[in-house]
Amino acid sequence: MNDMAPSREERIEGLKGLGSSRKRVEDARFTQGKGNYVDDIKLPGMLFGDFVRSPFAHARVKAINTEAAMSVPGVLAVLTAKDLEPLGLHWMPTLAGDKQMVLADGKVLFQGQEVAYVVATDRYAAADGCEAVEVEYEELPVVVDPFKALEDDAPVLREDLEGKMEGAHGPRKHHNHIFTWEAGEKEATEQVLGSAEVVAEEMVYYHRTHPCPLEPCGCVASMDKVNGKLTIWGTFQAPHAIRTVVSLISGIEEHNIRVISPDIGGGFGNKVGAYPGYICSAVASIVTGKPVKWIEDRMDNLMTTAFARDYWMKGKIAATKEGKITGLWCHTTADHGGFDACADPTKFPAGFMNICTGSYDIPTAYLAVDGVYTNKAPGGVAYRCSFRVTEAAYFIERMIEVLAIELGMDAAELRRINFIKKEQFPYQSALGWEYDSGDYHTAWDKALDAVGYDELRKEQAERVEAFKRGETRKLLGIGLTHFTEIVGAGPVKNCDILGLGMFDSCEIRIHPTGSAIARLGTISQGQGHATTFAQILASEIGLPADSITVEEGDTDTAPYGLGTYGSRSTPVAGAATAMAGRKIRAKAQMIAAYLLEVHDDDVEWDVDRFVVKGNPERFKTMKEIAFASYNQAIPGIEPGLEAVSYYDPPNMTYPFGAYICVMEIDVDTGTHEIRQFYALDDCGTRINPMIIEGQVHGGLTEALAIAMGQEIAYDEMGNVKTGTLMDFFIPTAWETPNYTTDYTTTPSPHHPIGAKGVGESPNVGGVPAFSNAVHDAFRAFGLRQSHMPHDHWRIWKIANSLGLHG
Amino acid sequence: MGKQHYQINVNGETKDVLAEPRELLIHTLREQLDLTGPHIGCETSHCGACTVDIDGKSVKSCTVFTAQVAGKEITTIEGLGTPDEMHVLQEKFREHHGLQCGYCTPGMITRAHRLLQENPNPTEEDVRFGMSGNLCRCTGYQNIVKSILAAAAEMNASKEAAE
Ligand code: FES
Ligand code: FES
Repeated sequence: MNDMAPSREERIEGLKGLGSSRKRVEDARFTQGKGNYVDDIKLPGMLFGDFVRSPFAHARVKAINTEAAMSVPGVLAVLTAKDLEPLGLHWMPTLAGDKQMVLADGKVLFQGQEVAYVVATDRYAAADGCEAVEVEYEELPVVVDPFKALEDDAPVLREDLEGKMEGAHGPRKHHNHIFTWEAGEKEATEQVLGSAEVVAEEMVYYHRTHPCPLEPCGCVASMDKVNGKLTIWGTFQAPHAIRTVVSLISGIEEHNIRVISPDIGGGFGNKVGAYPGYICSAVASIVTGKPVKWIEDRMDNLMTTAFARDYWMKGKIAATKEGKITGLWCHTTADHGGFDACADPTKFPAGFMNICTGSYDIPTAYLAVDGVYTNKAPGGVAYRCSFRVTEAAYFIERMIEVLAIELGMDAAELRRINFIKKEQFPYQSALGWEYDSGDYHTAWDKALDAVGYDELRKEQAERVEAFKRGETRKLLGIGLTHFTEIVGAGPVKNCDILGLGMFDSCEIRIHPTGSAIARLGTISQGQGHATTFAQILASEIGLPADSITVEEGDTDTAPYGLGTYGSRSTPVAGAATAMAGRKIRAKAQMIAAYLLEVHDDDVEWDVDRFVVKGNPERFKTMKEIAFASYNQAIPGIEPGLEAVSYYDPPNMTYPFGAYICVMEIDVDTGTHEIRQFYALDDCGTRINPMIIEGQVHGGLTEALAIAMGQEIAYDEMGNVKTGTLMDFFIPTAWETPNYTTDYTTTPSPHHPIGAKGVGESPNVGGVPAFSNAVHDAFRAFGLRQSHMPHDHWRIWKIANSLGLHG
Repeated sequence: MGKQHYQINVNGETKDVLAEPRELLIHTLREQLDLTGPHIGCETSHCGACTVDIDGKSVKSCTVFTAQVAGKEITTIEGLGTPDEMHVLQEKFREHHGLQCGYCTPGMITRAHRLLQENPNPTEEDVRFGMSGNLCRCTGYQNIVKSILAAAAEMNASKEAAE
């Protein structure tokens, strides 16, 4: 070695591997307007499709007249259920084991439901065509309340299921009932509740909302009749799963289908499922022989594709007088809309709602969830959370607050005495999960210290006094949350979607000159996979991240994977990446030993090279090894340097965090101001701190939206009242606060690099933190529970109902 | 509806387009002129993804007809920087992680560019207020604000150096 050789530290730094706040490789194209989103795709002869949608939430479709539409200039075809029926495509399977109408088959079940699909030469002609389609409806009674839907005389929504009392998830109890799903011990829990010193009971409603990514859903389908290949570009969070579904329902062999997810403008769960637009566009392309584009507009997006939440969670929590929790009971009524199109692993029709014991050591628990049909849009996706985890976290974090009120205790202290202790991990929860790792007390104390918790409580008490004396009209709320996530679905033994195991994959090719390409079964929607997966690999194989291309989203080239949602990319595909990297290294070790003329066991790995043990002067870098693998005939070793890994995680990962929101509330206007928001996240090993921080900012802002104003609201007639961005709240830069982020690091013991995933934690923990702050501000005046979203009007109503307006 | 010819000036070039009177500028830009930088997030003038600059003002291009902009000077994200010479804002957005999915980014940068002409020395509050017509679902704005303030500082520093 000469003096100019970089030091070991410089070599590590040069890789930009794990822990580096590496700048994103995606940004150059996005900042210059050179991204390639689905609506940017333009193919020769491309046509445009648009839907005629139902104005009614429940109606019989008596007749559809397409004649006038067909004579609109530019209109080439109008598809109805009748046209799809001979192909068996008028209904499609949902991810939840139910089926859904592609186009209205005899009736409609929600406002905005797809009735006919018009294909035209451009988007204006398609819209004109839709206007000209005449549909005769006969209105039917509407049910938007899931409790009313279960009454004996409620109208039958799903006539196709009449008499079928066995559903995809067990027996159905009523014509509008979908499933009952249970976890834990019913009798034991009831016994604990019956003999407990203290029981707090509450109904916690997590309202219906929508992921609303800035880019709506869409696709371009192109059937090449010459070579028999169907290509679909689309906003797909799970391109391989879409390919398999399309093959299964269309009968086209899977190798003749190519699904491509180009750049995706945010997903947040909205782009996991399969929508009628995809099916109709594919059929239209087959019929016309031309590529067909379908892009929903914002109203279509909010009204019809994949809502989230809508869980009515009735809870009972039992404790000793000292505050030690002894039992938890929860019954959830889940409003699924007209079709059960939730995106959950097959065995979990209520997702991972059974993580609802949260961060607490609760010895006995019981959960039951009843899924119900109503005249609302289908969906029930994991909006920036793992399946139903945000509902679970909101439920337990509200129940803890309610219990604190019941006990007259400080809510921070109540949490502390019930946390699962560090030495209890791996921890077996009463509802069936094995929490892999955690150190909740350390995180909690760090968070309380950081915000000066005791001082804040003093200030709050003084504020209450000042308010009572009439010196101020503002109250102070301190919103606490300690959440535990469950992400990285998941182990194939219990996690699948439509029978597809939820493993993920990575394939790596090292090029002769020492750069590489890695392909994964996931797909970035803004998370920066091209940046972070290269970092994981850089640390594993010793080539600089800048020399590694990461490619996702093309089913013809990427290995099979289940896609990106539920914070599964890092826990599953990130693990596959590390494991594939290790396979590369294992082969590289043999090549290095050969080149150095020593035994395999006599070389060891050091950052970016194999070194002869005890003789650091003699080494071969990964770059040299890569070249040798292509140009030397090495006895017993195949040429080339490639590896593929399909990773089946042994367990889920359990990121956690402590969030504190300090909020000022104006009692007279119902407005609020977020004075401080502190977010501590523990996502295990941190791959790229800059990106983690960005994920936390974004997730917290989505949480702010949900807690403080965002909802999909219906009137009694089933009309969507929040179908545009005028009514559907998305915070602007003006309403959004600055956040303080912090962390602890408790690596996952079973993940190859100890990472746990982070993209969704801030939404899971953020919603209860904001909501608890609102509740806490009014605690001194007797507020126990008030449903989200806490918009100005509803906060004003809380103040009014507590008699604070004099 | 009949189509007509319109001459529009985009990014310093005059283009002849054939459009119906009802055609929205965003569609002309994206579909006829292949300027796919400005995006569509709502078509109801709420999200700002389609923001362009028209005669020195930020305009949501889903809210004007192509017929209305004949003869006016339009700048889109494609006209702000080149791959070899990126605009300061483009560099700062990258440096400060001011974007994630990138869908809002062209509109954000185009708006920020105009904001910094209107007010070269903005406070954080000015930036938050001045950018409030542009929605982002990914970043929570904190790093967008940081990027814009950093760009303002750098633009001012190089202006001073030039003087
Ligand atoms: S598309 Fe123009 S403001 Fe949203
Ligand atoms: S970066 Fe995704 S919407 Fe702003």
